[in-house]
Amino acid sequence: MNDIPSELRYAETHEWADLLEDGTVRIGVSDHAQEQLGDLVFVELPEEGSQVTKGEACAVVESVKAASDIYAPITGEVISVNDLLVDTPETVNSDPYIDGWLFTVKPSDEKELDELMDAEAYAEHIDEA
Amino acid sequence: MARTTPLYQAHLDQGARMVEFAGWSLPIRYGSLVEEHHSVRRAAGMFDVSHMTVVDIRGADARAALRYLLANDVDRIREPGQAIYGCMLDPRGGILDDLITYRIEDDFYRLVVNAATRESDLEWIGRQLVDYDLSIRERDDLAMIAVQGPDAIGHVIDVLDVPDLSGLKPFRSLGHDDLFIARTGYTGEDGCEIILPNALADPTWRALADRGVVACGLGARDSLRLEAGLNLYGQDMDRETTPLESNLSWTVAFEPEQRDFIGRAALEQQNSDGVGHKLIGLLLESGGIPRSGAAVTTEHGAGRVTSGGFSPTLECPIAIARIPLEAEGSLEVELRGKKLAARVVKLPFVRNGQPRKGLMNA
Repeated sequence: MNDIPSELRYAETHEWADLLEDGTVRIGVSDHAQEQLGDLVFVELPEEGSQVTKGEACAVVESVKAASDIYAPITGEVISVNDLLVDTPETVNSDPYIDGWLFTVKPSDEKELDELMDAEAYAEHIDEA
Repeated sequence: MARTTPLYQAHLDQGARMVEFAGWSLPIRYGSLVEEHHSVRRAAGMFDVSHMTVVDIRGADARAALRYLLANDVDRIREPGQAIYGCMLDPRGGILDDLITYRIEDDFYRLVVNAATRESDLEWIGRQLVDYDLSIRERDDLAMIAVQGPDAIGHVIDVLDVPDLSGLKPFRSLGHDDLFIARTGYTGEDGCEIILPNALADPTWRALADRGVVACGLGARDSLRLEAGLNLYGQDMDRETTPLESNLSWTVAFEPEQRDFIGRAALEQQNSDGVGHKLIGLLLESGGIPRSGAAVTTEHGAGRVTSGGFSPTLECPIAIARIPLEAEGSLEVELRGKKLAARVVKLPFVRNGQPRKGLMNA
């Protein structure tokens, strides 16, 4: 059974988004996604200061076998990236919601978060897949 | 509907993630691919390779037929039970498949060919050998388990009660009633491949698992063979490439000169014209993992990555690439619009659990 924290919002493409107190949004991939991807061995994150667009590929995670795109769940400017993942990409597997976050974004429109799924809807979404 | 092997239920019971491969439903991994990989380098792992096609060729003309069919020469086999590896070529020298050929008796040979090329191989073999006095029988009554790693042989000896396996040399096989066991594999480690009746596959697999042999999927099979510098048919070589540009010249027996084999004239022509490309290893620092098809640029022209991935043993990206013959040293691999620096190295990357001597500090 996959871990799906109730306080996060989820994209159909299995990224999670967490609105922080300072108004930025932290983004990562779900427990379900990391399990599907398998052992991650390389993570390519967007540049700090770059723009990401909701629904568009903005990062790449690679397992031994394959590379997979990560899609921005919201539009905005990249504020910080998780440098820990340069040397230990496997943190995404072991701790996808806390230490395995990917990057944070200053959202252009906070209301975009409401278009993402809540935990219950996301649980149904991965059940159907 | 994908075909299932006799081990299908065992895979499900072990929590395998199944994928379709060459028309078969097979495990890609059970849990962590990296852990499966390390288990083979450090202890013992096992693979369901029942999808591979076993073809028995028997008859008075079997030897002569195979000397014509294959680029390697079955006369290089010195004793019954010994095997050779090599290619089956078309008249242009293009590789139709790579295969292992065992001589079991003077008039009885066993071929193990790839699942992905099963139909075309059987059709080709049947057509080329139609005038020879022999029978061709596909053995779909048999399953196949590869047990690989430094501890593999010990486990197989105990589980199958085959003490004489300990003294079996590489590329030799022995027959034990319904069991056929060969000291071969596709990982760069010691180990064996067991060909056995379908009904015996499941209990053998479970007995090996009970002893701690780790079930491994196609994912680890690919990362292990890549580290071992072993070609994958359809990726590192195909009908458009010859053995001479696929790091497989050693499998082509030009001697004796009077032996005619399919593709011989084309390979001789290529040799006299000059072989333009070679298959080599690439070591990368980081910045991403090259995959099959990635463009390579060298001072002597373009090349292409044929297989790429992350090496769990070396903990860096590695690849096999086909590049111009003169190219060496440093080159660049294109990945997602970036150019990554790579270094040309001899294959294999890893053998018997260790990086090849001199690999990392050349």
